Amino acid sequence: MQELISAVIRGVPIGCVYALVALGFVLTYKTSGVFNLAFGAQAFVSAAVYYVLRIRHGWPIWAAFVIAVVLLGPLLGLLLDRALFRYLRTAPTVAKLVTSLGLLVAVPGIVSLLLNFGNSPAYGPTGIMYHGDVAYHFGSYALQRDQIATIVVTLLAAIGLTAIFRFTAIGLRMRAVVESPRMTELAGVNADRVGAVSWMLSSFFAGLAGVLLAPLFPQLSSENYFLLIVAAIAAAAFASLTSLPMAFLGGLLLGIVNQILTVKLPTDSILAQGLRPSLPFVALFLLLVLWPGLKNRREVTDPLAGVDPPPPGFAADERSVALTRATHVFGALVALGFTWWILTQADSFWLALFTQAVVFSVIFLSITVINGMAGQISLCQATFAAIGALATAQLANNFGMSVLATMVIGAVLAAAVGALLALPALRLGGIFLALATLAFALFFENVMVKFSWVSGGRVPPTVPRPVIGSINFNSDKNFFLLSVVVLAIVSVVVIFVRSGTTGRYLDALRSSEVAASSIGINPARARITAFALSAGIAGLGGGLLAIQEKFANYQADFSVVFGLFWVVLVVSIGARTVEGAIQGGFGLKIFPELILLRLLHVSSTWQFIVFGLGAIAYAKNPEGTLEAGKRKSLNFIQRLLDKRAGRASPDDQPVATLDLPPTEPASAVGSEA
Amino acid sequence: MSLLLADAVTKRFAGITALDNVSIDVEADEIVGLIGPNGAGKTTFFNCLLGLLKPDGGEITFDGRDLTRVPTHRRARLGIGRTFQRIELFTGMTPREHLLVAERARRGTGALWKDVIGRGRPTAEEQERAEATLTLLGLMPVADRKVEALSLGIGRLVEVGRALMTEPSLLLLDEPSSGLDRNETSLLASTLREVQRERKMAILLVEHDVDFVRSLVSRVFVLDFGTLIAAGTTHDVFADAAVRRAYLGEMV
Repeated sequence: MQELISAVIRGVPIGCVYALVALGFVLTYKTSGVFNLAFGAQAFVSAAVYYVLRIRHGWPIWAAFVIAVVLLGPLLGLLLDRALFRYLRTAPTVAKLVTSLGLLVAVPGIVSLLLNFGNSPAYGPTGIMYHGDVAYHFGSYALQRDQIATIVVTLLAAIGLTAIFRFTAIGLRMRAVVESPRMTELAGVNADRVGAVSWMLSSFFAGLAGVLLAPLFPQLSSENYFLLIVAAIAAAAFASLTSLPMAFLGGLLLGIVNQILTVKLPTDSILAQGLRPSLPFVALFLLLVLWPGLKNRREVTDPLAGVDPPPPGFAADERSVALTRATHVFGALVALGFTWWILTQADSFWLALFTQAVVFSVIFLSITVINGMAGQISLCQATFAAIGALATAQLANNFGMSVLATMVIGAVLAAAVGALLALPALRLGGIFLALATLAFALFFENVMVKFSWVSGGRVPPTVPRPVIGSINFNSDKNFFLLSVVVLAIVSVVVIFVRSGTTGRYLDALRSSEVAASSIGINPARARITAFALSAGIAGLGGGLLAIQEKFANYQADFSVVFGLFWVVLVVSIGARTVEGAIQGGFGLKIFPELILLRLLHVSSTWQFIVFGLGAIAYAKNPEGTLEAGKRKSLNFIQRLLDKRAGRASPDDQPVATLDLPPTEPASAVGSEA
Repeated sequence: MSLLLADAVTKRFAGITALDNVSIDVEADEIVGLIGPNGAGKTTFFNCLLGLLKPDGGEITFDGRDLTRVPTHRRARLGIGRTFQRIELFTGMTPREHLLVAERARRGTGALWKDVIGRGRPTAEEQERAEATLTLLGLMPVADRKVEALSLGIGRLVEVGRALMTEPSLLLLDEPSSGLDRNETSLLASTLREVQRERKMAILLVEHDVDFVRSLVSRVFVLDFGTLIAAGTTHDVFADAAVRRAYLGEMV
C-alpha cells in the first residue's frame, strides 16, 4: 500500500507533463477544429529558439522567454493561420489532419537547417528556472525546480483556459467558428479574426509547453516532442478532445498508471518491457475503441456545408474518348521508353534507385486504396509494409521457403492484420480512425519490433533474391523488370477494384452511409475489405522492398515517421489516381537525388521541407496537385479542340429538367447529399 | 397476415415520449399514409422501422419476421426500400450508376476477387434492368448526367429508382414531397401510382402534404404528440373531427 501511494505521488510530475500537452491538444482542437499532430513541431520551434538564445547566446531567461514564447509562439500561430488553416476552415477534418502532418514533417527540418542543429546538436536544454535540476526533498520524495514549474503552469493553464471558455466572449466565439465559420459570420462575427486569435493562443501554448518540457530530454529533437505528443493524445482522447478539465485529469492518470506499472510489474518480465513503453499507445487504442465519449461519434458537420459546390469528379472522366486514347498511348510510350532507358543506359546506382521508386509506387498504391477510394486516413501503412517485409525475411530464412512465396504470404498476413485492426476501429471515422492506426503503428514500433522473432533484433534479417528456373533475380536488371511487372499488376488491380463493386460501394458510402445501407450495402464489410486490400498491397510492396535491398530493415525503411511522410506525399500529389501513387514513388526516390543533391547541392533534409510544404498546395487543392494540374491542361486542350471544331464548351449546356421548369438551384441535389 | 405490423411501438428520449404505443399495419400491395403535424413523431417512427433507432417497447414484424434485431442494411435485403426526407444521393454518380449500385447490392454478387480479375463491372443483364426502371420513372433523358446537376424533383425520382432496384415488397417514403413545387409534386404522385401498378408493392408514405396523401393512399394513420389519434380509410379519417382539430385545423 505504502508502495502504491508512493507510486501515485511519483506519477504526478510526469502526469503533469502529459496533462500540459493534452491541454494544448484539446485547446487546438476546440479552437480550430484541427487535430494538430504538428503541435509537437510548434513546441519544438519555441524550444529550439529558446535554446539558441539562452545557451548559445547566453541571454537571460526572461528575455529568451519573451522572444521564444511570448512573441514567436503567437507569431507562428498567426503565420500558420494566414498561410494554411484559413483556407481549411470549412474543409473536412481529414484534410486538416493531413495539413498538420505536412507541418509535422516540414517544420522540424526548417528549424534544424536555420539553427544549424544538424551539425551542432542541441544537447542539455534547460528550462525556465535557474538551476532547474536542483531538487527539493519532501520526506522520501524529491521534486526538481523544473518539475515544480511544470506542475504550477499546468494547474494554472487548466484553470485559466477553462475560465476563458466558460466565461469570456472570445472563448464562445472560438468554439462557434469551429462549429460553423459561415454561421458565425452570419451572426456578425469576423470568423477570420477569431480564427487567427485561436491559432495565436494555441501556438503560444505550444511554445510554452515546448520550453517547459525541454529539460526532460537529453537532446532537443523534434522526434522526442513527437513521441511525447502521441503519448499525451491518449489523455486528450480521454477528454473526448473537448473537455479541458478531463484532459488534465487524463494526463495525471496516465502518469500515475505508468508509475504504478513500474513498481508493480517485475522488471525483467516481457510484460514490463512490453507494456510500460507501450502504455500510452495501448491506452489510446483502447480509449478510441471503447470510450463512450468517442464511440459512435460523428464529426460535427457544418450546417451550412450545403453552400459548397460538390467535389469534382476525375479530370480523366471529363475528356473525350479520342483524347483519352491519345493519353493512354502517350503514357504507354513514356513507360516503355523509360523502361528501355533504364535497362540499357542506366548504371547500377540509378538502376537501384529507379527500382526502389517502382517498389515504393507499389506501396503507395495502398494509400490510393485506403484514402483515395475509402476516404479514410491510415497512419500505419508503413507498419503494414514492415509486416510484409519482415514476414518475407523471417519465413524465407527460418523455413527455407521460396522468397516469392513468402512475399505473397507476407502480403496476406498484412491484409489479415489490416482486417483485424479495422474490425474494432470501424465505428470510428475520420481522425479517430487515423489516431487508432497511429496508435497501432507506434505499438508495433515500440513493442513488436523489439522481439527478435519479428525484426531479427539488432541486425536486420537478410533476404535472398529469388531464382525462377533460368531467370536469376540477383541480376538487378531482372529484378527491376520484376518490380515493374508487380507494379503493373497492382495498378491494374487497383483500377479494376475502383471501377468494380468494391469501389462503387465505397463511393456510395463516402457520399451517404445511410443511403448506402438502405440499399443493402454493409458499411462495415466494405470498409474492412478496403482496409485489408490496402494493407495487403502495402505488405506486398514491403516484401518487394526487402528483396530489393536484400534486408528487411525496420529502422531504415518503415519507421512511423516515414509512414506519416508517405501519407503527406501521396495525398498532396493525389491519392485518387494510380498516377498519383507512381509520381509519389518517383518523387520520394528520384527527386531528392536528382534535384536536391545533384542539381542544387543541398542537404536531403530539404526533401522533408519541400514535400511537407506540399501540404500548403494541398490545402488549396484537396484533390491533389496532380489532379489540379491535369484539369488545367485538360481544359486547355479541350478549348483548343473546341475552337477548331467550332463547338460550344460543355459548360454552356443547360441543366437537364425533363419536362419541368428548373425549380431548385443546379447544385441542390448534390449539396444536400 | 399483414406485410408490416408495428405493434405498440414506444420510444422515449430523456423524459419525452416521442412514440406512445403506436400500432400500424400495412397490407401487401396497398398504399398507406402516415400523417401528422411536425413534431408528431413521424420521423422517429420511421427510424424505428428502419432500425436506425431502437424502440423502447413494442414489436415490429415484417413478413412474419421480428425486425427488432435486424441491422439496417439487412432490412433492405428482406425487402424494405426507402427514400429520404433530406435527399441522400451518391455525389459524382449518374442516375444510371445509382441504380446499378443498388442492383449489385440486391444480387450480393460483388465479391472482391471478382473485382480483382476485372469482372466487377455491371453485366448486360444488370444494365437492362436498370434501364427498365429508368424508363419506368422517365429518367432516361438524364440517365448519364451527374446527380449534382439535377433538380431536387428529379433527385427524388432517382432515390425512388434506387430503392426500386432492390425489389422491395414495402417502399417507405419519408416526406417525398418536401421541397418540391406543385408541378414536381404532381409528377411524383403520378409516377408513384404508375410504379405501384407496374411493380406491385406496398408503399408507406410519411407526409404532411395532405393533398398529396389524399391523391395516393387508401388508408391513413394520423399521429399527434406521439400517439395515434385516428386510423382508417382516407375518407373516414379526413372526416374525423379530432383529426381536423389537431392537424387540419387551419386548413379547413
